[in-house]
Amino acid sequence: MIAYFSDIYHGLISLLVGMGITFREFIKPPVTVAYPYETLTMCARYRGHIELLADDEGNPNCVVCGLCERACPSECISITSVKPEGSKKKVLTGYTLDFTRCSLCGSCVESCNFSAIAFSREYNLASSRKEDFHIDLFKRLEEKKR
Amino acid sequence: MNSPIQLQPDETFILNVGPQHPATHGVLRVKMEMSGEYIVSAETVIGYIHRMHEKMGEIKTYPQFLMNLSRMDYLGALGYSHGHVLLVEKACAIEVPERAEYLRVVMVELNRIASHLFWFGAFVMDLGGFTPLMYALQDREHILDMLEAVTGSRLTYCYFRFGGLYNDVDDQFITAARTFIPRMRKSLKKYRRLVTDNVIFRKRLTGIAPLSPEMCRKYGASSAVARGSGINFDVRRNEPYSVYPEFDFDVPVFHAGDSLARYMVRMEEIEQSLRIVEQALDKLPDGPVMAAKKPKLIKAPPGDYYQAVETARGSFGIRLVSDGGKTPYRLKLRSPTYSNMHLFDEACQGMLIMDALAFMGSLDLVIPEIDR
Repeated sequence: MIAYFSDIYHGLISLLVGMGITFREFIKPPVTVAYPYETLTMCARYRGHIELLADDEGNPNCVVCGLCERACPSECISITSVKPEGSKKKVLTGYTLDFTRCSLCGSCVESCNFSAIAFSREYNLASSRKEDFHIDLFKRLEEKKR
Repeated sequence: MNSPIQLQPDETFILNVGPQHPATHGVLRVKMEMSGEYIVSAETVIGYIHRMHEKMGEIKTYPQFLMNLSRMDYLGALGYSHGHVLLVEKACAIEVPERAEYLRVVMVELNRIASHLFWFGAFVMDLGGFTPLMYALQDREHILDMLEAVTGSRLTYCYFRFGGLYNDVDDQFITAARTFIPRMRKSLKKYRRLVTDNVIFRKRLTGIAPLSPEMCRKYGASSAVARGSGINFDVRRNEPYSVYPEFDFDVPVFHAGDSLARYMVRMEEIEQSLRIVEQALDKLPDGPVMAAKKPKLIKAPPGDYYQAVETARGSFGIRLVSDGGKTPYRLKLRSPTYSNMHLFDEACQGMLIMDALAFMGSLDLVIPEIDR
């Protein structure tokens, strides 16, 4: 009988302690932001999908060595290029990223010796179509140039 | 109109919990044979999220497999990566700079705290208390922000490399980690008052699902499940790896074996992890974070290698059999939750279903890690 009432007493005490903590949290300023009206700045090292980098004239740094293509564990990257007559170097004509298979491991960026690719900071990626994630990075670079 | 089914007094029925049930925290199915509200027998059915990680280990080269490890356990990803890089470094005899090892330990311990915090919130939510989850997530968010600023991702990190780290930390991280430690200690006191000392919480867990040390040994349980049953074993102390021998920390052991003991072990482990982070930051040496001498193409010499690490969920073992090729011949992943979960079938017999779900919460199951 005594145990019964002592249980109720201790239960009430711990209830009050809990309510006290909740009340103190209640009057604290909020720690969340009201996305999408407010957004946080992404950190410098954030890993979005990759994008091509260009030199000062707007031409891609990529020399079509194919290291990123081979480093990728999921075969996301496909590169096309042409070799103009009389030239020794290949010229990039297409760089497609299959983002549906990419796991953002960064092997491609690490394998690149010519600083031709980097992580973008895009995170608002949503679509109902799979094709939207087959990103033509070369076309994006051309559009940026214009 | 349907009439309610009339059961005979000795009749049992089958109850399916999951595969999509919030209490199982993932796609785990439990087939329970029930007699009223009591469980006669239970059978855990796994395999719903099997992704063939071991097979992928055989067809991918060593660096290509790095990011797979963080997809196994999404709450404590870095511990698994740690085991993998240590194993390959052992096989290829790569010397890791001291600063890299210290930073790895800091990261792994922070990740362990984040994992335990999430478990704490989810576990109390399983028992019907919602607010502690919010507080736990708020504290966890500080860790995730710190880790994101360094590694670039919030959950599925790919930060460790063979021979070191992807990149060095900055002063901002050190400051953030130092301010986090006292803040977390303050929060632990809050959790103690709010949850641990709560009479309802204690009554709900004391004496529920007592596991004997023999049973833990039989199923190969580790982490808080074993340490809550009085088995004093922690890979970090018993089979030291990395720079763990440099640190002074305790391995919390409770002897009751019930759900409350498992809870207490994990809460105590947060405090011990904080101690390790504190010491590692104090002792952090300067220097490079990547080995100077490292083979360009990683190829393990023919042989059989094994490495065990203590992750947030228990002792994770990884075995590599190499024939000297670019890819492993066999890569076996011994995941701790797989062993911990199989206790459930035997231990929950004769238990009330509500208690069984509380017991399942105390096992800290992460399903992608069981199926891998």
